[in-house]
Formats: sequence, structure tokens, C-alpha cells
Amino acid sequence: MRDLTLPIRNRRLLRSLIWGAVLLMTAWMSAAAYGGEPPPFRIGLTTTSLQHAPGLLTEWQRYMERKLKRRVVFVQRDSYRETMDLLRLNSLDFAWICDYPYVYLQPLVRLLAVPVYHGRPYNRAYLIVPTTDAGATSILQLRGRVFAYADPYSTTGYLSPRYELRQAKEDPAHFFRKTFFTWSHRRVVEAVASGLAQGGSVDSYVWDSLELTQPELTARTRIVARSAEYGFPPFVAHRAVPAEDRALMQRVLFDMALDPEGEQLLKRLNLDGFTLGEPKLYDSVSRMMEIVDR
Amino acid sequence: MRHILNVSFRYKIPLWGSLLIVITALAVSASLMGRAYDDVKQDLSTSAKGLGRTLAVTLLPSMMNDDVWRAFEIINAPLKAVSPDSPVRAELILVLDNARKVYVSTNPQAAPMLSELAQWSPEHAMLSKRIARLALRQPETIELPGARRIYVVAPIADEGARLGTLVIVYAKDVILPRFWSAAWRGGVVGLLVLAVLLPINWYWGQRMAVPLVELATRMEQLGRQVPDDLDSRLYAYRDELGRLFEAYSRMLKELREKAALEREIVKSERLAAMGRLAAGMAHEINNPLGGMLTAIDTLKCHANVDARTLKTVALIERGLKQIKETVAASLVEAKLKSRELTPQDIEDVHTLVFPQAHKKALRFVWRNGLTRDVALPAAPIRQILINLLLNAIQAASETGRVDCETDIIGRELRLAVANDGQLLSATQMEHLFEPFSPLSESGHGLGLWVVYQIVQQLGGRIAAGRDGERMRFVARIPVGDGA
Repeated sequence: MRDLTLPIRNRRLLRSLIWGAVLLMTAWMSAAAYGGEPPPFRIGLTTTSLQHAPGLLTEWQRYMERKLKRRVVFVQRDSYRETMDLLRLNSLDFAWICDYPYVYLQPLVRLLAVPVYHGRPYNRAYLIVPTTDAGATSILQLRGRVFAYADPYSTTGYLSPRYELRQAKEDPAHFFRKTFFTWSHRRVVEAVASGLAQGGSVDSYVWDSLELTQPELTARTRIVARSAEYGFPPFVAHRAVPAEDRALMQRVLFDMALDPEGEQLLKRLNLDGFTLGEPKLYDSVSRMMEIVDR
Repeated sequence: MRHILNVSFRYKIPLWGSLLIVITALAVSASLMGRAYDDVKQDLSTSAKGLGRTLAVTLLPSMMNDDVWRAFEIINAPLKAVSPDSPVRAELILVLDNARKVYVSTNPQAAPMLSELAQWSPEHAMLSKRIARLALRQPETIELPGARRIYVVAPIADEGARLGTLVIVYAKDVILPRFWSAAWRGGVVGLLVLAVLLPINWYWGQRMAVPLVELATRMEQLGRQVPDDLDSRLYAYRDELGRLFEAYSRMLKELREKAALEREIVKSERLAAMGRLAAGMAHEINNPLGGMLTAIDTLKCHANVDARTLKTVALIERGLKQIKETVAASLVEAKLKSRELTPQDIEDVHTLVFPQAHKKALRFVWRNGLTRDVALPAAPIRQILINLLLNAIQAASETGRVDCETDIIGRELRLAVANDGQLLSATQMEHLFEPFSPLSESGHGLGLWVVYQIVQQLGGRIAAGRDGERMRFVARIPVGDGA
């Protein structure tokens, strides 16, 4: 066995070296191509409907690069936590994050723009159950069931249902028989549709968008309850980003609705556009956090 | 059972052969099919164990982090992608915790999370017990008695610390299509073998049975009649059956000879009895007849009778003479005390009968083989030859042909007369030498009777037979030693 592992290790080492060399070459070549230009904007993404549309993301990236006249790199991570860590490490310039991380990271980031959805900068949490469950009308009827959360830092996919339970004087930690995270809103829908979870909390924007693109999936779930409105997950800028860069990015986002190509992208994103939001849009989330964490 | 064994060889031999062939083909096919089923099951088990090993390793981190969704995605992957080289798809994949509750399953509706495996059904209770008992280190296949599923279980363990158990469930039905395709191939080969062997068997069976059946049928006729010959082409080999055929032919030949001999004896007995009867009657008739003729003579010479009476007496005398001639003709007596037969006697006969033949414009073929005197009385021989020749001339067709041959063969005088007239039937031949033959169109039908009697008295024999399209009479008379 030893005889075999050694060449494999060697091969792995060789492969890493080659990849390292290729990456270095690419970095050097891009630096050369852009000459003395500033480094690319790094944009973190958590809002998960984009995870399942890679083509759309590439087009949006090219659009931005043309408008910004600067390279753009989208950085996607599997959990909100990892995106938040990247912001903390100053590895991101901008990020499209959920309200919960925004409120959490407020000292570190500035509000840049808020997406407009159905004419308003708000979304909700949908409480969904499989269509086979015809009886449930409220989260309180899901006691002792298996429940799917999206992400521990998601407002609509985690905070909202726990807040509801708190309001009903229930202990979210023991109310359900078992809970698990799917690490994305879309997978919450899948988990509930397959029957793996008997209930789940999902972002209204994601569910509605899925209903347009994959109606057969959403048809296997039923919306039991709609929460109050929360501020739509915002675009934020790291406080380290210079004011002119922030303004440039803000302009590009605001102007998307004004040119046909941007409008086309917005349509595919299922958004109306971007607007200048106010931090107090997220006050309700902040209050909920306080109550739930108490 | 007895009825079946009583059936003719014609059916029994091919049927037994066919039965053996079919049983052999079935046994071979069944064992091949069993083998195919085992192979398919073994394939399934091997590939399922490989899958189980891979999944168990991949599932380990998910279980350690209690990441249900990731585990769900992992176990669903093999169900979504079915590679073409393993077309057997699992029905269900389960991950059980150490209490054998479902941690996650590919079909949450049928196998919901946290449900206890043992509670589902008696079969699953048994499975749960088996899993609890197993000290699982490697993937294993579990087949429960009477179950319609095959279970492959694999441990999910981190350096000996068991986190749970992976269960891959296959419906036994899924191996059936592959089994059937293998079985179908085997079945077709079996049928081809049967299609070749059964007709061959049937042919050989018939080859054996038909001669036996024919032989049996003929043997059954024995005692009632002499059966027909067997066609020797039916079985032309020298084995036991062939020897049986030969023995049968020999037996048949002997039987026929015996029958012919018996017929001959009966015939000569009859003719001898007739001869004795005729002699007796002739004696009884001749005595009063002699008296009556003497009386008429006396009446004619001495009595004074009128012309009318005389006429009546003459009528009676002619009638009585005719009776005397007829009786004399039937009472043949070869007068042995006579001079010896010379070649000239034969020529005399030719001279006597030639005018008759000439009248019918016959071709008269004459061959006299006698060169010297023969120690036989001349008169009876001449009588025989004349009678035979007159018959032949009468029977011959107009402008036909009559042959006559006389010669000495060994110690026998042979007289052969043939004509080309109508051939005689078997019945006619049977009664040929009897007196008052109905064949005789003119005369009293005593010609051949006389010939027969003379030949008998000379110790010879006479036979009539067909010689091609001709009737031929041959008389053979032994030549006495200087008699």
C-alpha cells in the first residue's frame, strides 16, 4: 500500500504545483492587461435565487464591468456565515446580503441600495408545508414536526418563524421534533416538496421567482402563512470602500432600470429595480433579533 | 398406467424418447436459469456493496455535522443518475441512526425522518433486529425469508465509532428483467435443441417401431391364414430386428410349402377316391349291361319280331352301347403288357393329330427327343399324348400355336404340351383332372381324367401350369428297369 500512496501523493503535489503556476500566470496576465488599473470590485452574494442561475450571474457581471469600466468578481459562498466572514476580513467591497447579516454587521457596512420587488423594497417569509398536508393553517400546528430552515443568518428563513413562536410563547428550540438547515431558500422548497421536512420557512421573493421558473416544484408546497413585511435584503458596501466607488456602484444599480439591457436582467432577476433605502427599513428585523436572542 | 404401457411401439418409442429429451432439456435449462439468477443477484450484490461503501464514506461528515440536507442530497445522487452498466436501480436508500430510526431517506413520504424502522412492518422489524445483531465492518447483503426485497447494509463509522447504518433497498423485481433476458436466451437454445432432437428422435423411433408393428400384425394372422410377405426394404439391417425379419421370411416360406403339399395330397386323395368309385360303378353297370346286350342279341337272332319292335330294340341297343363306351372310357386301365414305346410311336401320334391342327391353321411345333426304344408300354403313352394334344388343339386360339416336346430326362419320360389359348383360373386348375370336366365343350369331359388315371397307374405324375402366356401340361413317367 505504501508503494502505491507515494506516487499518488507525488502526483497530487505535481498537480497543485501546476495549478498554482497557472493561477499565478493568469493573475500576472490580467494585471498586465489592465495595466495600472485599480483591482476588481469583489461583490459577495448570499441571496440564493442567483445560485441556481449561473448564466444570469455571468451576464450581470459583464453588464456591471461595462458600466463600471472596472472588473467585477462575484464571490459566492454556501452559507451566509462565510460571506459575513469575508466582509469581516475585508475580502469583499460590496455584498448583497440578507437583512439579518446587515443588521448584524451594521458597524462594518453601509447601505448602498435596496431592490424593489413588486414596486416596494420589502419581502416576507412564507411558511410552507407539503401539499399533502391539507390541515395546517399556522406554525403552531406544526408542533413535533420536522422543520427546514434556510440558514441561521436568514431573516425570512430562520429569524421570522422563531420570532412567531416566541410571540406565541413557545420555545423555538424544542417546539419542533427536528430542524435542519438547507443552506438556501430554494432547497427549503425542495425539502418541503419532497416531504423530507413537514414545514419550512422561505423567502417570498425566492418562492415567487421559483413559481415562475419551476412551477412543478412550488406546486408541491402550500403557503400556510405569510409574515409581516421586512426590508428587502440590501446591497451594502464595506466601510473601507471609497465614497466615489460607492457612488459609482450605486449609480449603476439605480440606472439598471433605465436601459433595456439592465431592464432585461432585472426582469430575469424578478426585480423592478434598485432604490436608495434607509437603514430604518430594517429596524423591525433588529427588534426581532433582540426578542429571539433574549 | 397399464393403458399407457399397452400403447403401440409406434407411439411408445418416440414418446419415451421425446419425454427423456424434454426432461433433459428442462433440467439443463432449469439449472442454467438458476445459475443466471444467482449471477444476476451476485452482480447486484457486488455493485450495491460498492455503492454502499462509497456512500457510507461520503455520508460520514454530514452525519457528524448533523447536516440532514447534505445527507439527503448524497443519498439521492445514485437514484437520479443510473449508469448504463448498472441498470439496476435501488428502490430506497435509508440512513439509520444507532437506534435504527430513520436519519434521512430518499423517500421521506414512505420513510419519514425519525420513524423507527422496526415499526414499519414485520419484515422491517426483522431487518432491524438483524442490523442490531450484526457487528458490521463491511457492507453486507441481507435477504430475509419470504421478503420481496434485498437489503444491502453498510456501516457509517469513523474509526470504529459507529454513527449509523446505510441501508440500500432493492426490489427483487428489478433483477427480473435481467434474469429474464438471460433466461430467454437459455430458453431459445433449449427450444432449438428440442427442435433438432425431437424430429430425429421421432424418425428413429418410427424406423424401429414400424417394422416391429408390421411383424407383430403378420404374426397375429398366423394360425388363421398364411400372412403376406414383409417388405425387406422396411428394415435392411443385420441386427436383432433384421434377423427376426429373416427368420420370419424363412418361416413363411416353409409354411407355404407345407400348405401346397397339403393341397396336393387332398387333391390326389380325391382323384383316387373318384377312380375307385368309377371302377366300382363300372363293374356294377357292366354286369347287367352285358346281360342286357346278350339278351338283345338273342332277341335279334332268334325272336320273330316285327319291324317296329326291331327298330325299338336297335334304339335300346345303341343306347346301351353308348353307356358301355362311356363306362369303358371312365374305367381306364393301362394295359401294361404291351410292346415297348418306340420313337416311331410318337411320330404316329403326330400324323394322327396333325389334320386337326391343320384345320385350325395352327402353328404346330413338334420336337421329338426320343432316339431309341423306351421301357414303357406304347399304347397308354400314345393315349396320353393324343389326349393332351387334342385338348391343346381345341383350347388354342385360331391360327395359334401348339407345342409338343417329348424327351427322356434322367430316368423319366417327359411329355410336355403347351397351347396359347385362354389361361385357366385357379378354381379351374383345382378341378382340372376330374371326370366330366365342365371345360370340355365337345366330348364327355373325360380326356384329362383318363390321362391322369393312366399316369397314376404308370407311377408318374402330371401337372398343369402357366408358362408365360401359355398353358402347359407336363407329364413325367418313370422309365421302368427293363420292364
